[in-house]
Amino acid sequence: MIQFEQVCKRYPGGHQALNNLSFHMPHGDMRFLTGHSGAGKSTLLKLIMVMERANSGQVLIDGRNVSKLPARHIPELRRKVGVVFQNHQLLFDRSVFDNVALPLVIAGYGHRDIGRRVRAALDKVGLLDKERQNPITLSGGEQQRVGIARAVVNKPKLLLADEPTGNLDPQLSAEIMHLFEQFNQVGVTVLIATHDLSLIARMPYKLLSLRQGQLVSAGGSHE
Amino acid sequence: MSKSKQKGSGASKLPKRRLGQLQTPAKPSRRELSGAKTHRTRFSDQWQSYRSHHRQVAGESLRRLLKRPLATLMTTLVIAIAMVLPAGLYVGLNNVEAVSQGWDGAARLSVFLKFSVSDQDAQKLRQQLANRKDIASAEYISPSEALEEFRRRSGFGDVLDQLDSNPLPGVLVLSPTAENSSPEKIEALRDQLNALPQADLVKLDMEWLQRLNRITDISRRLTLALAAMLAAGVLLIVGNTIKLAIENRRDEILVVKLVGGTNAFVRRPFLYMGFWYGLFGGLLAWLLLASSLLWLSGPVKELAGLYNSSFSLLGLGVLDSLIMWASAAGLGLLGALLVVGRELRAIEPK
Repeated sequence: MIQFEQVCKRYPGGHQALNNLSFHMPHGDMRFLTGHSGAGKSTLLKLIMVMERANSGQVLIDGRNVSKLPARHIPELRRKVGVVFQNHQLLFDRSVFDNVALPLVIAGYGHRDIGRRVRAALDKVGLLDKERQNPITLSGGEQQRVGIARAVVNKPKLLLADEPTGNLDPQLSAEIMHLFEQFNQVGVTVLIATHDLSLIARMPYKLLSLRQGQLVSAGGSHE
Repeated sequence: MSKSKQKGSGASKLPKRRLGQLQTPAKPSRRELSGAKTHRTRFSDQWQSYRSHHRQVAGESLRRLLKRPLATLMTTLVIAIAMVLPAGLYVGLNNVEAVSQGWDGAARLSVFLKFSVSDQDAQKLRQQLANRKDIASAEYISPSEALEEFRRRSGFGDVLDQLDSNPLPGVLVLSPTAENSSPEKIEALRDQLNALPQADLVKLDMEWLQRLNRITDISRRLTLALAAMLAAGVLLIVGNTIKLAIENRRDEILVVKLVGGTNAFVRRPFLYMGFWYGLFGGLLAWLLLASSLLWLSGPVKELAGLYNSSFSLLGLGVLDSLIMWASAAGLGLLGALLVVGRELRAIEPK
């Protein structure tokens, strides 16, 4: 699903974010991406989303080389990838429902379809009763779950999360992680960037650990 | 969600999955048939959802404008004022032309005869000229009649009484036929008449009218130049307003781009916004112009009455109004188009 081949990414100014990084993450896998801040976690996710482009090497998503993807094909790729952001990236000028519906509206779904899918996604994250509220009235954990609902509403094959539990207490974090596990169980490939080692230590998933733009281990969290 | 229920969606990946299911039957003919059917449904679904999306975006852009009525009114008013100027000049020129058109038919040639021509000879000449095909009527004013008329009209009767002889020549007043009233033909006729041995001087009563026509031509060009400049102004106004609106919705644009919104999708609400601004500006300009014309029409009618004319002010016709609205909306759209691409390219998620 995700394949990096000798990927280098250097930002203007000289910072080497990724250095000759290669790894392969098969379909239906769930992994954690760890490392200190500045180790290249965000850069890795940005390369997958084509928010940044690699200086050299190849990034293949679902068999497609996205490092050379023409700009007009980027939206198409992003529709196939669900992303959960640390700062939620919700829009406070509209309801929870409309926030979650955004990817479907963009993809051109019909009215009835949108209603059904949004409610299914909100039901999944346990926020069905809050669909008419403005996300600003929700707690941090609830806002994050709205973000997750929006990420999965389009039924993506790949789900990325950038520090999804960054601002949450341990119990809420565990709930969020459990949600990701559920999506993984129905076949979604999940990659979660986090530095919350205590949380992932209890979970039986492989790790991608980065240090200074290079992979230090690709083993299981229990090793 | 069951797959069979996903029929109505316009999603790109779903129909593919359904196509995959349909491809399992062995018979190729049936597969082709179902394939074509699927494709048709998919296309019409997409078209329908595309149209409903446009309706939605147009409505939403409109609601956004109406939510801030004062700001919207200000922008609209600026656009309207910029449009009213050239449109008003255009209407004014149309009126001037309408007035002068009425005088075109009244073009006349005055042939001043030499003093040596007697009344009888003059009458003979009048008869000759009246028989010409390009002359509708010919009238002879003898020197004594001319003197009488001058005395009556000018009020210099006492002065005239002191003259020994009549200083006025005889005059033949000719009206060309309607089809020979164009400036070129009249001038040709004038040259012919000038060549007559009896004629001293041929005067075209229409010269001032020709001058007026030239002046209206020039004014028309000036109006066009002014319209072009003000149109550029409208483009800038709309462009700048849209630029601010884009800046205000920066966060939203970022999120939309992150979840796979195409540039066209992001652009659409702003293009509609430009369209609405233009259309409202055009409607308001039309309203301003129509009320100004209404306000002027009374005095103009009175003035025309003083000249014994039944002329009344011409307003904007239906076609002119439609053209005005359409070009206003078009200008708004164009103004939006000019900034939207550049502004939106600059907003990329980082």
